[in-house]
Formats: sequence, C-alpha cells, structure tokens
Amino acid sequence: MAQPRVLVIGGGLAGLSATMRLAELGVQVDLVSLVPVKRSHSVCAQGGINSVNSLTRQQGDNEWKHFDDTVYGGDFLQHQPPVKEMADWGPRIVDLMDRLGVPFNRTPEGFRDQRRFGGTLFKRTAFAGATTGQQLLYSLDEQVRRWEVEGKVKKWEFWDFLEPVLDDAGRCRGAICQDLVTMQFRAFPADAVIIATGGCGLLFGRSTMSMVCNGSAVSRAYRAGAWYGNGEFIQVHPTAIPGADKLRLMSESARGEGGRVWVPKTPHDPRDPRDIPESERSYFLEERYPKYGNLVPRDIATREIFDICTNEGLSVEKDRLCVYLDLTHVPRETLDRKLGGILEIYEKFQGVDPRVVPMKIFPAVHYSMGGLWVDYEKSSTGGLVEGSPRNQQTNIPGLYAIGECDYQYHGANRLGANSLLSCIFSGLFCAPGVIASCDSGGKKAAEESSRLFDSGLRREEERHRALLVRTAGDENPYDLHQQLGNLMTRVATVVRRNDQLAAAYAEVCSLEERWRRCAVSDSGNWTNQNVVFTKSLGDMFPLAKLVLKGALQRDECRGAHYKPDFAMPGIHATDPVEKRREAEAWCDRFEANTRRWLKSTVAACGPGGEPEISYQDVDTSLTPPRPRLYGLVGGEEIEDVWKERQNAATVGGNAHKGPAAFAGATG
Amino acid sequence: MIRSVESTGHHDGGQPSQSPADHGGNGHSAPQRFVRVRILRQDAPGEESYWERFEIPYVANMNVISILQQVAAQAKSRDGRRVAPVAWDCNCLEEVCGSCTMLINGRTRMACSALVDRLLDESADEIELRPMSKFPVVRDLVVDRGRLFHSLERVKAWVPVDDSYDHGPGPRISPENQEDAYPLATCISCGCCLEACPQFTKIELVRREDESADDFEARRTAAFDAGFVGAHAISQAMLFNGHPTGKMIADERLTALTAQGGIQMCGNAQNCVAVCPKSIPLTRSIARAGRAATVWAIRKIFDR
Repeated sequence: MAQPRVLVIGGGLAGLSATMRLAELGVQVDLVSLVPVKRSHSVCAQGGINSVNSLTRQQGDNEWKHFDDTVYGGDFLQHQPPVKEMADWGPRIVDLMDRLGVPFNRTPEGFRDQRRFGGTLFKRTAFAGATTGQQLLYSLDEQVRRWEVEGKVKKWEFWDFLEPVLDDAGRCRGAICQDLVTMQFRAFPADAVIIATGGCGLLFGRSTMSMVCNGSAVSRAYRAGAWYGNGEFIQVHPTAIPGADKLRLMSESARGEGGRVWVPKTPHDPRDPRDIPESERSYFLEERYPKYGNLVPRDIATREIFDICTNEGLSVEKDRLCVYLDLTHVPRETLDRKLGGILEIYEKFQGVDPRVVPMKIFPAVHYSMGGLWVDYEKSSTGGLVEGSPRNQQTNIPGLYAIGECDYQYHGANRLGANSLLSCIFSGLFCAPGVIASCDSGGKKAAEESSRLFDSGLRREEERHRALLVRTAGDENPYDLHQQLGNLMTRVATVVRRNDQLAAAYAEVCSLEERWRRCAVSDSGNWTNQNVVFTKSLGDMFPLAKLVLKGALQRDECRGAHYKPDFAMPGIHATDPVEKRREAEAWCDRFEANTRRWLKSTVAACGPGGEPEISYQDVDTSLTPPRPRLYGLVGGEEIEDVWKERQNAATVGGNAHKGPAAFAGATG
Repeated sequence: MIRSVESTGHHDGGQPSQSPADHGGNGHSAPQRFVRVRILRQDAPGEESYWERFEIPYVANMNVISILQQVAAQAKSRDGRRVAPVAWDCNCLEEVCGSCTMLINGRTRMACSALVDRLLDESADEIELRPMSKFPVVRDLVVDRGRLFHSLERVKAWVPVDDSYDHGPGPRISPENQEDAYPLATCISCGCCLEACPQFTKIELVRREDESADDFEARRTAAFDAGFVGAHAISQAMLFNGHPTGKMIADERLTALTAQGGIQMCGNAQNCVAVCPKSIPLTRSIARAGRAATVWAIRKIFDR
C-alpha cells in the first residue's frame, strides 16, 4: 500500500505543528502557503502562551482551573472536552517549545518567567520578550526546515488554495491550488487535507491581522460544503494603535506588566498627559473592576473603552477616538526587557516613546473565535480520544481544520495567550487522527484516476479566466473592499443592533452584486496580484453574510457578541427583600437565556451562497454554565442566589463533575 | 514631493504645499495634496526594467505600503495612462514578517515602517522605489529570496531535538544567556543585510528548455551553496551554537561556515549591521563566528 500523503494549507503555528508531527510520524507532507511560512501571521502574536506551571501549581492552580477560566471567559459557548484536553496539554506544549529553543524570558535562577494575562488570577503566561508568536513560529519553522532537508516535507510557498477535491462518496481526496508567481494550476492528491489558514480580519477592512488573513481558504471550503461555526463571534482587541493601512496591536502584556488605562476627567483635556494630576484622571477599568483591574477579559475592556469614548465623550482627542495606555510609571529597564518589541512598534509607527509619554490606543478587530466547524471524540475522562480521526475533522471526511480557522476552543470570547496554545495544540494533537483517517480511506489518493481532479482544475481555470477577461467593468475591487470593511466594522464589532445588521446584510448582497462587475486592471498571467485579490474579495462575501446573519439571529449578549437591546442589566434595589426578588428574577432570566441560546451557531452554504443557519447543543458536561458577572452592579446578590440554586441542584442528584467553586468574578 | 494639484513646481523642504485651485468651494477644507513616486518596474524575469511615475493623494502618517495600496487601487500612472498595478510583497505591516523589503530612496528597508513624511524630508521631489538588487526580480518590486532561506539550511539553523514527544522542559538558561540570544532570534529574514553586503552578489539562473524542474532545482542549490552564506545565517549559526542543545551540532555549523561561501568571504564592510531594521548585532555574531571557526580549525589540526 502506498504511503499516506497529507496536504497542509497554511504555515502558521497550527500548520507547522501539524506538519512537524506528521513528518515525524512518517507521513509525506505538502505544505501550501500564500507567503513563505516564516512570514505567517503568527509572528504578530506578542504576549505569550498560557499553561499551568510549577509556580502557579503551588499557588493553587491546576489544569482544571485553566480549563474553567477558558470556558468562563468564553461565556461557556465552547464544547468542553476539547478545551479540557488543551488545558491538560498546556504544560507539555510549553515544555516542548522550550526544548525547541524558544528564548523564553528567564527568572534569575534560569527558569521560565511568567506573567499574568486577562481573565485569570494566576501568572500562567510564558513569554519571549513581546514577540512570543514570532519566536514560537520560528522554532517550528526551523523544525519543519529540518524535515524539508530530510525530504519528508515539500513546501509550496506563494501558492493559493482554491478548492478541496471530493470523491463521489463526499470524501476529501486533495485540493486544487494555484502558483501565485506563474499562475499555473495544479491538483494535489492527498489522503487528508488540513486547513490552517487563520482568521478573517480582512472582512473588516483594517484590523490587527496581516494581509493574508482574508478568510479565502475557509470560504472556499465552506462553499464546498464545510460548515462554519459561531461566525458572529469576532474578538475586538481593546488596545490597538490606529493607522491608515492597518490597526497595529498593542499587546495585552502591556497591561500585564502594569500598564494602566485612563482618560482625563475633562473631555479632550489639552494638557500634556504627564501634567494631568492623578486626581483629574479616570482609571475607569480599575474603578469599575477592582478585582481584575486593567486585566478584565478582552470583550469587557473593549466595550468599556468604546463606551467611555462614544457615550461618555471622554475620548482623549476630539476628532479621533482613543484613550491613554500608560506605562510611564514602570521602570525603563523592565519595559525594555519584557516589552521591548511592542514598544518599538509604537515608537516606530507613531514617532513617540511610550516609555516617556502615555500611548494612545483604541479597540480593533483582532481574532475570529468562529471558524470551520470541527468534530471531536470525547474520552471517558471528559477530554478527547487521542488518535481518533474525528478530532478536528470538518463535516467533510478527510478535510480537517486547525488553529484560528477552527471554531473549537474560544467560545464567545478568547482569553489572551490562549490562541498560541490552541494553535499548537490542535496542530500536534490532530496528527495521529489524521493518519488514522488516511488509512481508513482504502485506495490512496495518488492512485485515484486523474479524472477525479480534472473537473476541479477546469472549474478553477474557468473562474480565473472569467475574472481576467472582465476588464471592462465599472467597479474597483479595492474600493469595494474598503466599503465592505467600513460596513462590517460599523455594524458587526463592539455594539450590534438588529436594524443595522439587517440593513447591512442587504448591503453586503449589493456589494457582492457590484463585485460581479469588478474590472481587473491587470489581465496578465504572471504574478497577477490584482486578480488574486479580486478573487479573494469575492470569497469574503459569503463569510460576511454568515457573520451578519448569525449576529442578527442571536438575540442575546454573550462574550464578544453584545446587543444592548438584549443586555441583562444589574440590580439596583436597595431594600433587601426587593433586591433578593430582583436577583431571583435575574437568575430566572439567565437560565431561560441559557436554554434558548447556549448553542453553537452552525452555518451551511445554501444554494446561491446564502447561509443556512442551525443550532447545536454545547457540551457542558464538565462544568455547568454560570453567570459571567465581571463588575455587574448587584453581582454579589446574584451570585448568592445562583450558588443557592446550584447547591439545591447538587443535593437533588444533579451534580456536575469538578469543583463547583464560583470563579468569584464580581470583584 | 508632495504637491498640490496646480503645483508651480517649487518645493518647500517637503512640507505639503497648498493650492488655491483645490478648495472645492469650501474655503476651510484642506486642499488635496499629492505625493509623487517613481517605481522601477519589470514585467517578468529577463524583461527590461522601466520607470513608471505615480501621483498619490497624501494622507497624514502614511507609509510606503499605503502608497502602493493606492497605486494598486487607482491603476493609473501620473500621465493618466491605465497601467497594471505594481506588484509587491507585504504581509504583517508592522515590521515583523520580513516581507516588504525594497530600496526606498536608494536605501534597503521595510516599506511598512518607511513613513512618507520622513522620506519627504530626505528627498522632497519624489519618492523612489526599486526592487532589491541582490535577488532575482519576479515582477516589479517582488524578488525571489529563496536563497536566503536556503542559507538557513546550510548552517543547520535549528535545535536538533530527538522528537516532539514530552521529555520535560528544555535546559535551564540564565537570564544573561536569554538576553544574549533573544536579539539574534528576532531576525525576520528580510534580507536587508544581504542587499547591503558587498560580498553577497546576485545569483540568477534561468531554467533551460531541456531541464527538468528537479535538475534545475539541483543546479540552483549548487550555485547557492557556492555563494556567500550571508550575515543573517552566520548570526543564526551563532544563536544555535550558543544554545545548550543547539551546540551539540556546533561543529557541523562551523564546518558549513568554513566551507566555500562561508565566513571567510565576509569583507568586514559592516554594512549589514547598519541596515538591519531589527538592530541585530550582526557584526558581533560575525566576530564570534570568526573566532569560533579559528579555534575549531586549530582544534581539528590537533585532533588529527
């Protein structure tokens, strides 16, 4: 029998870890990437990677608490078994990266240093300066280069994934790709295809994401029948540096190292921020969330910053929304050692030294919690069965998704420093299951007749040709992209309203119509970036639609998805009896909402490209959903009522596995 | 230069000039200002290169990437001809992916961190963009930097771990060692150091008509192996020779560094360190590598 061959699309952290593990297990890997893999978007990740470690363990931390923080931070929208497995693997993964040579910061004794990130009270985050993603990616890139020299891996850099190839039984048997230099098409027979192409920030025009994060590969899989889960959950990072071409990330680690967010109490105070006395500053996160302070989960920090600028009119500048992120009280030496890389970015692009002058920042689209729907096989201990071909497999057999482009790990909101972990985990963990899947397919893809691949090749050649001849249209793809981005940013980020979402859906449909009249200004067949961009723009519309429709239909607030019309405000009564009654009512409403909306959104691409949305129950078998009360007014009273109900349920024989301790997030 | 629509041709030190012709009926709105750019273009390998000029609306705080995005969007040269968009490489736009290296006003640097206001201070008339000269042009500003990555193979720039299974943490490392290693590890493979190096010369091979892809690849690899390995790779070799596990194959790296195209080709021009966008101490790495290679060569004599 021929050796299995696997095609990996995307060479970021997830794609490279899968490639490394597959090659090590003896599988031949073709690695396709839009850019040289060392230039993938993972390099932009700054802050660090989470895992329980020897220090936190002795402070009462354990894998269960990492799991619990992750699902609580994600507002319980994730299936719990994969998250548990990931948290369990955390320590092993950080150890492995340490062995691969990642220059993690060190304690004086030579151990890995750790910092604290949002949504937890433990210092779980290992880091390499402020370029942890870059360092993790490089060490995997180096290992994959080793396998390339060994002949186990072949890289196809500057290649674009166009569509998966399915056989008559609906199993994925490879893919059609295009060389972005010569514009030649090629069929890649493969016994499994793994998509590891990251997020879709370009739907929003400017974001913290790189230019390759256009979602095209995922969109093409979706149009070929793969489901898309939780599309409406888009993380808006609280702190980014506004820019004309891109919104550059200012890592959460700036707050982890003591950075304080504030605005002057006087709107648009014209004074130099350093001359504004403490008494005339509002440290609004610290005031509203005394327990977590500046390190509340991202969705909350984002909304507060957005709110203080738009609703309270306290933006630092009059013409541009921003707040101060202040590190000037931290010793320069500490900043250089722990945050050097990100402070240089600020200095380089803004021309101001953030060690001396407070930075000006504002939220920006940052991460797609949603992504391709993937399966898993649950183990008897509540985690996953290692080696199961179902792990990370989309609804199309033989087609896998890992990393940011799957929907599995972060629910309604991702905690900082969990993405690097989920990317490496899903890549490493899926490999044995992928191989099992290859071996279950019978005939190897390489032995299939070429007919299987011919129709896909012809379809893609025709699609390409049709774009090239459209030189007489009246629409400009770059302008359309800008319009799409502005629209999506306006209606589908921090605050969402049904009337706006419905109108935006219609507008996206009309933008898509106009896209059909796009003219390419380059009709050549050599390194034609113009036609490649136009093609990927066309692939953004199906994703934009499923994001909007998912958001429109979900009438609740959960994590990053915030609809003020459906918010559950705190309780305000002062009379104890009335207060108690309000807390009971609040918990009733919470339970009803959980029954109605604690469901994965699953979008399937209908005929005509419109999303058909259904809902699936979420596996909450390890810990029951509980109210996320970060800073809510009257949270203590609600927490009391909630605990009583949980205790009653436990006595009633309805006990859940694991500690019933409340995460105590009310401050 | 930045000029207004009806510019009279004079310039004022690169500061945006204003024109009464562009007020659009509103005396308070700022007139539209423009940046002039000339770009050295080439349609494909082996083709003649040519200059094309563009005029781009000025936006505050713009960088060279914003200029190129606008060039693509308008697809029109300064004299109003419809032209194909200029091809260029970019990805992260925050100087950490290493994609967008080009010659900007004659200097090798990253396009994303090249701020237009500062470029205009240097040369107010026009911003000049050219592709890197030490790598084969693919199209316009896109070059093939495959050789740069091949050099990393030559020096075995990796930690030779047994496997990716769990064997506990890596070696203990002192903060001093980490602080020494980290700057070297931030190399983004942009190629600026190679572009600026007098010893690193262009290798451009063309596939022969009767040559298979594999044969061409083998011929290309052999040519790369004979050429200078480059400052970036020497520095990576020192990075891994300083790592407790990485140094277990230190001799193999030194073998590569003393072979043809190795460290002896370095002419000590020190241009590499001057142009590195990440301020990596490349000359320190080269000096270390030189010393290590000498010690190693002597040791080899006595070990015989």
